[in-house]
Amino acid sequence: MRRHPLSFCLSRAGIFLIALCLLAPIVVVLVISFSADSYLRFPPSSFSLRWYQRFLGDQRWRDAMVNSAVIGVMASLISTTIGFFAAYALLRARHGIVRGLEPVFLLPLIVPHVITAIGLYFVSGKLDLIGNRAWVAAAHSVLAIPVAYIIQQSALKAMDPALERAAMVFGCSRLQVLRRVTLPLAFPAIASAALFSFLTSFDEVVVTLFLAGVKAQTLPVRIWNSLVLEVEPTIAAVSSLFIAVTFLVLMLNRALRISRS
Amino acid sequence: MLLPALGLLAVCFFAPVGWFLSSALSEAPSIAAGVAKAMELVTSPVSVRVIYNTLFIAVVVTGVTLLIGYPISYMLTRLKGLAFNLLLACVIVPYFTSVVVRTYAWMVLLGRNGVINQVLVSSQIAARPFEFMYNTLGVVIGMTYVLLPYMVLTLFTAMRGLDPNLLQAAAGMGASALSIFRRVFFPLTLPGVTAGSLIVFMLAIGYFITPALMGGARDMMIGQLIEREVEMNQNWFASAVLTLLLLVVILSLYGVYRRLGGNRARALP
Repeated sequence: MRRHPLSFCLSRAGIFLIALCLLAPIVVVLVISFSADSYLRFPPSSFSLRWYQRFLGDQRWRDAMVNSAVIGVMASLISTTIGFFAAYALLRARHGIVRGLEPVFLLPLIVPHVITAIGLYFVSGKLDLIGNRAWVAAAHSVLAIPVAYIIQQSALKAMDPALERAAMVFGCSRLQVLRRVTLPLAFPAIASAALFSFLTSFDEVVVTLFLAGVKAQTLPVRIWNSLVLEVEPTIAAVSSLFIAVTFLVLMLNRALRISRS
Repeated sequence: MLLPALGLLAVCFFAPVGWFLSSALSEAPSIAAGVAKAMELVTSPVSVRVIYNTLFIAVVVTGVTLLIGYPISYMLTRLKGLAFNLLLACVIVPYFTSVVVRTYAWMVLLGRNGVINQVLVSSQIAARPFEFMYNTLGVVIGMTYVLLPYMVLTLFTAMRGLDPNLLQAAAGMGASALSIFRRVFFPLTLPGVTAGSLIVFMLAIGYFITPALMGGARDMMIGQLIEREVEMNQNWFASAVLTLLLLVVILSLYGVYRRLGGNRARALP
């Protein structure tokens, strides 16, 4: 193998430095969350769990956590199911018109969230839906549809259509083919879609800011509200929870990908 | 089987946005009066300033993400094994971390008493804290960080799709590494550069979270103005006009993006 010239090694080191800078903000937040200082200081003079105690000991933060979890699970279930059927139908469609629908499912990702949020806010005000958790979950699932659709669509596309045809030849009905062949084969992708849809909802802030009212406040909305006032270390503890959830989702997804291949 | 998806999108997306636009825009007594009012609104000093800010910030952020993202993506195509996974993780982990959390992280770093200022002041590089935040610089740093992964992932997909035989052929004919890069590799990645820049620009002009948290009063972007007209001034008409303007621009850009085949690069469908 050809040896790399020095300039390549140097530029490689430089790029790794930049890449580390990308992780640095996240690492700093993780470290500060364990600080014992009463104000933001880096590196902390000593370590403690006081900000986690403050976070978990506060009823309002606990309520927000429950809201986030409940809304996230509902949104994930809705968008994964709906996204699966949309991907399945679009792949099997014979008409060009139906296939042309794809961009429609992706629009919630393209249209700025602030526009979606104001539209939903306008309607929610009229229909008295502000603060309704199921409604927030429905709104989140719209934002998660593109994610759920893309993940499941690419998995279904990669699947060998001969398997479904073989099951049909052996006398399975369409429904049986779906239940016994397609769904089991697509399971890892469905699980991935569910994970990332959950994450989409769990992280969402703009739409929730408008729809949550007082009753359905989620964690990102509470973070937002306290960031507008002042930057305090409790937020570092809450943020660390987000980083941990993200990490967990990425790890689970990796495990699923390995099981798929 | 398409009905559930279409139904949900209709109820929670198309109907609300459409209802909001049509009802707010029909506040005007006649079409002519509405158009006149809209023109007056869009050309008012505040709007002009906000539109200028939005375009300026979006262009700068697109440029900076391209400058940082290109070498990272190029390196990703050259690395294998652990080094590849590490570098990819540096891009992916922030990508999937909540935007509010990432913005908060930069507020911790850049704040008046933030980590960077503590280092600068205590090491006596700076006499007093530097103002990184609540100005255009803060918005650009925060948004660059948030949008960089979109650029890297798009460029990486484009670069990985290149035919390695072309590079080998150039090397076989005696081209130096630099001229291979300049005359073969770079021109071939231009479609990726276009797609990545379009994505970042599209996302940047409609951005709300980072400018709202890290920008000053003078750095307002159009997304913030849309929100403020509703929240503070109850001016649904103004909000709708600006929304329409932003939607037209973004949807046209998205049309160009799909026409160019950008959807084959997977950072954005």
